[in-house]
Amino acid sequence: MSAILEKYFTTEVDNVKVWFKAAPVAKFPENGGACVKYKDKQIAVFNFTREGKWYACQNLCPHKMEMVLSRGMIGDDCGTPKVACPLHKKTFSLDSGENLNGDLDAIAVYPVKIEDGFVFLGFAE
Amino acid sequence: MKTILVIGNGMVGYKFCEKFVAQATASEFKLTVFGEEPRPAYDRVHLSEYFGDQDAERLSMAPRSWYEENGVELITNERVTDIHRANKTITTISDATYSYDYLVLATGSSAFVPPIPGVEKEGVFVYRTIEDLDATLAYAAKLKAEGGTKKAAILGGGLLGLEAGKAILDMDLEAAVVEFAPRLMPRQLDGDASKVLQGKLEDLGIDILLNKGTQQIVGEGAISGMDFGNGDVLDVGMLLVSAGIRPRDELAKTCGLEVGTRGGIVVTNDMKTSDEAIFAIGECALLNQMIYGLVAPGYDMAGVAVAQIMEEEAMMPTAIDMSTKLKLSGIDVASFGDALNEKSEGESIVYENKFQGIYKKIIVSNDGKSLLGGILVGDASDYNMLHQIYLNGMAIPENPEDLILGSRGGESASMGSVLDLPDAAVVCSCESITKGQICCKVEEGIDNLKDLAADTKATTGCGGCKPMVTDILNESLKASGKVVKETICEHFDYSRQELFDLITMKGYTSYDEVLDGHGKGNGCEICKPALASLFASIYNETANKQEVIQDSNDRFLANIQRNGTYSVVPRVAGGEITPKQLIAIGEIAAKYDLYTKITGGQRIDMFGARLDELPKIWKDLIEEGFESGHAYGKSLRTVKSCVGSTWCRYGMDESVSFAIEVENRYKGIRSPHKFKGGVSGCIRECAEARCKDFGMIAVDGGWNLYVAGNGGANPKHAELLAEQIDNETVVKYIDRFLMYYIKTALPLQRTAAWLDKLEGGIEYLKDVVINDSLGICEDLDKEMAGLINTYKCEWKEAIENIEIQNRYSHFVNSDEIDKNLNFVPLREQKMPELWEA
Repeated sequence: MSAILEKYFTTEVDNVKVWFKAAPVAKFPENGGACVKYKDKQIAVFNFTREGKWYACQNLCPHKMEMVLSRGMIGDDCGTPKVACPLHKKTFSLDSGENLNGDLDAIAVYPVKIEDGFVFLGFAE
Repeated sequence: MKTILVIGNGMVGYKFCEKFVAQATASEFKLTVFGEEPRPAYDRVHLSEYFGDQDAERLSMAPRSWYEENGVELITNERVTDIHRANKTITTISDATYSYDYLVLATGSSAFVPPIPGVEKEGVFVYRTIEDLDATLAYAAKLKAEGGTKKAAILGGGLLGLEAGKAILDMDLEAAVVEFAPRLMPRQLDGDASKVLQGKLEDLGIDILLNKGTQQIVGEGAISGMDFGNGDVLDVGMLLVSAGIRPRDELAKTCGLEVGTRGGIVVTNDMKTSDEAIFAIGECALLNQMIYGLVAPGYDMAGVAVAQIMEEEAMMPTAIDMSTKLKLSGIDVASFGDALNEKSEGESIVYENKFQGIYKKIIVSNDGKSLLGGILVGDASDYNMLHQIYLNGMAIPENPEDLILGSRGGESASMGSVLDLPDAAVVCSCESITKGQICCKVEEGIDNLKDLAADTKATTGCGGCKPMVTDILNESLKASGKVVKETICEHFDYSRQELFDLITMKGYTSYDEVLDGHGKGNGCEICKPALASLFASIYNETANKQEVIQDSNDRFLANIQRNGTYSVVPRVAGGEITPKQLIAIGEIAAKYDLYTKITGGQRIDMFGARLDELPKIWKDLIEEGFESGHAYGKSLRTVKSCVGSTWCRYGMDESVSFAIEVENRYKGIRSPHKFKGGVSGCIRECAEARCKDFGMIAVDGGWNLYVAGNGGANPKHAELLAEQIDNETVVKYIDRFLMYYIKTALPLQRTAAWLDKLEGGIEYLKDVVINDSLGICEDLDKEMAGLINTYKCEWKEAIENIEIQNRYSHFVNSDEIDKNLNFVPLREQKMPELWEA
């Protein structure tokens, strides 16, 4: 199982080698998320319309190793943007990936950019 | 180093340890405690709660580790058999000897068993320890299994006996309380108060027999009845004796300490016995020729004994407060001060309302200036304030009747605010916490009850002071400019009910509008579903409309399961299903390779559907005539039914027909939490209707309607709302009950918890729903009709709308399915691969 987890690591904008053209903006619900497939990875992408921002993280919840985070609710915890896993409401910062209501390992987060009405995700490989 | 031995590890013995370890000089002593019961001290005041959950841990005063961490040696299961005062030693049942510098007797009391012939028979129990309760429960189970008489009696109509009465009822036995005196709780209540209480208890189904002297317990080997003389016999299968307590003074007697003529170890108000080195505290101690059978004076005695050993000044006060307030099966009973006017120093003012079962009496001093005591039955909401006025000798209104009738016509409140109490007023008597201490803590920054309780221990004893402590906390917070509210989360400074009103008044139609207008930040997984539920309850909009604020299950109209796949439950109203429909479900489940199981609500659950399969499965189901079962929603689940009079030879009415009608009536309605119904065709109650949020049982002359029950983690039987009413009236009352609940409950609060918190309980609810005491029934009826008339199946809506269907693909950029899903075989079906540990 941990092999799946090892596929995901936080990528800084400076280390991006590939900007993957994922899908048109309209495919992502406002203030909600959807899942993008990139090679053998599943990435949860959130259209945080209220702040005019986009976030991406691994779709895998490290709690029970299920591919579900894109189906979670988003919001904020004292200003930190977060997603709540739909299975057990574990919450993770969309900025840092840190688990906000427990001591699970942080999830990997990825840079997102919008160009020509498309969502691009940044990967180091 | 000096040695203190404490004999007895009950509540007071424990409190001695707690107060002792808090002393700075505690390290100069070695403390050893002996308990004869197998477990460390537990909360005997709330013993009857043990019948509910058999959770001894929950009653524990402190775990064994607490004693270790605080350097207290605890020896349980070890009875002390002798005290040798000459050489200051004790010996135990296992012949061990310990020497002491100070000895503290906290041996408590035992249940008094009157010397009635036959009292030794099998099936006669006392009500004192957890072991007693275990034995009682086991015997009750045996009685039920044997199918003989289901009646159990309680000997003694004091407060413990009445609590036992309710416990018996909860064991599904019939309860009868037998009291020798002409009234219940003779030490606390007068005749009229007793009558009101009796009426309320009888409504609950507890028989009350007064003026009954038991001559003999009859039965061969085991009890079969109680003989009151003159041919008056009550058939019972079990008897709980709760006829008072006797101090455990046998150790004191054998070592020659002075004891009272009717028992009890004589102490002076420094808690010392006739031997300077020996103290006695709690229910074994005879102070002022009195045994104080309440926990608060016992705790005070423990404090005095600790202080005396530490050579500090401390004495028991000359007047000891014996006021009590308790909730007997939801009925408030309180008595304080000279409740029975035994000292004849005042005159009484009485308010009695036989319609509502309320009795209030206060004793006012002859000069009309002070409150000497009082009795409250049926409504004790004013107890804490009255008790404080009495204790602190506070001024009372010019018209003292305002204290129980409320101020009529005047501007000012009759009792003033809790902040008017003197700082020295002891609010939590178990822990001796004053109002001043609480206000201080608020100034130091404490702003909630939980932290306050952790810091001061206030409210952690009997819990009776909780309302007043909460009031003082909230009022002090308000006075210091802090806002106190049951807000739903960090994003809204409003309660659910306030948000309900805001949305209705301002006509908001989206979550963002409300957040922008009245909230802050970007919301969270608490306020989003809470508001989604409000929008649904107000406009009956489906979960498809604002899908991103829906909770996990509502968002995709299915129940998310362990591996992120979903389960699908079509509605099967009342549990009635045709062979053709069964076949259709079977074929659809087989087509998508779903695991199938019958649910607790009489329908069929199909597990293992991938997100992308959900719309396809529902298209097939809807073609076969099925509709959403809302198993995923905080909404009506099912109305369970027995087969009823159409087939059953015992049936009194058509339970299935009624269940189908009611299930179809409320289907799709969103509420603060899920709710369920049940309809039984006779009192055999095969549909388990009393475990539901609303339940109907057919009886001669109509239906009995019960509300606010549930199974689950905290099972609770529904309470009787109305009897022998026709179908139309049942529906009318459920309409109003549900709508009132929907409008006023907290987020995720089920009906039982809601009713529990509702001031006035079931009686108040009856008033609102049946007598329209708030004048809101017309509105409730209209609002419910609005919801019923706008029902639509949200799955039908989903499969007819391509945009909604598009939400169901696992990837936005690929049609591939999630390859991470793995199933393993399970019997003839499948299940998700197990989680790693």
